[in-house]
Amino acid sequence: MSDLSGKAAIVGVAESDALGRDSGKSSLQHHAEASYNALADAGLTMKDVDAIYCANPSPLTIAEYFGITPKHTDGTSVGGSSFVIHVAHALEAIAAGRIDVALITHGESGRSQRSRPGADLGAPGSQYELPFGIAAPPMQYAMACNRYMHIYGEDKTRQAMAEIAVATRKWANLNEKAFFYETPMSFDEYHDSRWIVYPFHLPDCCLTIDGGGACVVVSPEVAKSCAKKPVWVNGAAEAHDHGLISQMPDLTRTIAYQSGPEAMKMAGISHSDVDLAMIYDSFTYTVLTTLESLGFCGPGEGADFVANQRTAPGGDFAMNTNGGGLSYCHTGMYGMFLLLEATRQLRGEAGARQVENCKTSLVNGTGGALSSTGTLVLGV
Amino acid sequence: MTTESKATGPVPVPQQESDFYWEKLKAHELWLRKCNETGKAYFYPRDISPFTFSRDTSWIQSSGKGTLFTYAICYTPIPRYTGPVPFIIAMVELEEGPLIPTNIVEVEPDPSNLTIGMPVEVTYEDITDTITLPKFKPV
Repeated sequence: MSDLSGKAAIVGVAESDALGRDSGKSSLQHHAEASYNALADAGLTMKDVDAIYCANPSPLTIAEYFGITPKHTDGTSVGGSSFVIHVAHALEAIAAGRIDVALITHGESGRSQRSRPGADLGAPGSQYELPFGIAAPPMQYAMACNRYMHIYGEDKTRQAMAEIAVATRKWANLNEKAFFYETPMSFDEYHDSRWIVYPFHLPDCCLTIDGGGACVVVSPEVAKSCAKKPVWVNGAAEAHDHGLISQMPDLTRTIAYQSGPEAMKMAGISHSDVDLAMIYDSFTYTVLTTLESLGFCGPGEGADFVANQRTAPGGDFAMNTNGGGLSYCHTGMYGMFLLLEATRQLRGEAGARQVENCKTSLVNGTGGALSSTGTLVLGV
Repeated sequence: MTTESKATGPVPVPQQESDFYWEKLKAHELWLRKCNETGKAYFYPRDISPFTFSRDTSWIQSSGKGTLFTYAICYTPIPRYTGPVPFIIAMVELEEGPLIPTNIVEVEPDPSNLTIGMPVEVTYEDITDTITLPKFKPV
């Protein structure tokens, strides 16, 4: 697969017109606005698009709403990591010569329209988890986190979660699009906040707001004529190891232990080459376990790795510089927004939060109940 | 459904391959599927083994005893759930091997009362005429 390295580029990224609580807009409106804005960012039009990638609703609905007739669609929907994985799939389709311009699109009225599609009451999750109130990601991830705490120590884990929450908030305070742009958070405020699902305090949990995002991936030939500097997809891999949290093989590590090394090998990089880590932060715990799973540190060493605000502005490990799902935006499926920030940082467009000399970004999406991971290595 | 439902959340709808599981729960017994090729029990019930994708599987009765593998305490009301908060969600590691998602009951929902690894045993909660949930309590 290494011959696919650099065979496609991200050339356009954007959010929908406004992120935030109660936009009043449908998911499809967020899809459309984000796609319009991302194509404009790329210097392309909807007429140029020949492939639609989305997690929901169906590509049929999206293509019809956009008024196009794609010759290639991919509706991979494996949780918030889906869009990261779409980039990998788009790379494959582009390198195979099937398509030239892939539009990956996301819109979700996470706040205005909180309900997910109605549960199939006969599905395994509905028979064996839902009746007990294991009903949503906070419960699923909290049980994984508590197991981690049991193995590696509660106090140490708690401090790591606080470090991640506070550092991520500091980045959000530098991003005017962030939900918590004007709201700082101290360590005391973290520790004093209310429980959502023990062991998660409120700031351990991502936002749920409305928004959309889109990302345009094109062939090297198309990239030459786009408006902005291409961001190359140098490494890409995905992996999945369960659906339900109670079926997770090891609650203390995600299968990023597989997708991470595979993507890095494809790109020919090592951990020390990463200038910016964009790590899906549905919860603080997601970051902790993902850093370990990706091999930035060993099992149980995440707390030491993130200590002393190492991932905050001014620290020596730039991570989640948009303010993350915790403090910038999380619509329910956040993976798209990892792509936007990595692209902006690699282009040097990140303003007050710009990472100096940012050449290589590792993007890791986690979806479902810590179920699926997609890892990309992007570079300029 | 002649009697009033005591369900505090969505009521499961058994499928053909889980009818036996739910029928046994109604009789206050906990049964698991076993893969005969590997000799390992598994949860949740599936006709075909998730270990080998073999059709050579059987049912075994669980002792209903196990240990607390992990838990969390829900403090926030959840849409479509009417039970009191806080409450304890958990995974129990059964003596036969599999993890089973559940609630821990008959104990105050406070971390000081719960230790991962502590012994627990099944207790049955009839929520409708046909559905009984396997919950667990400290031994």
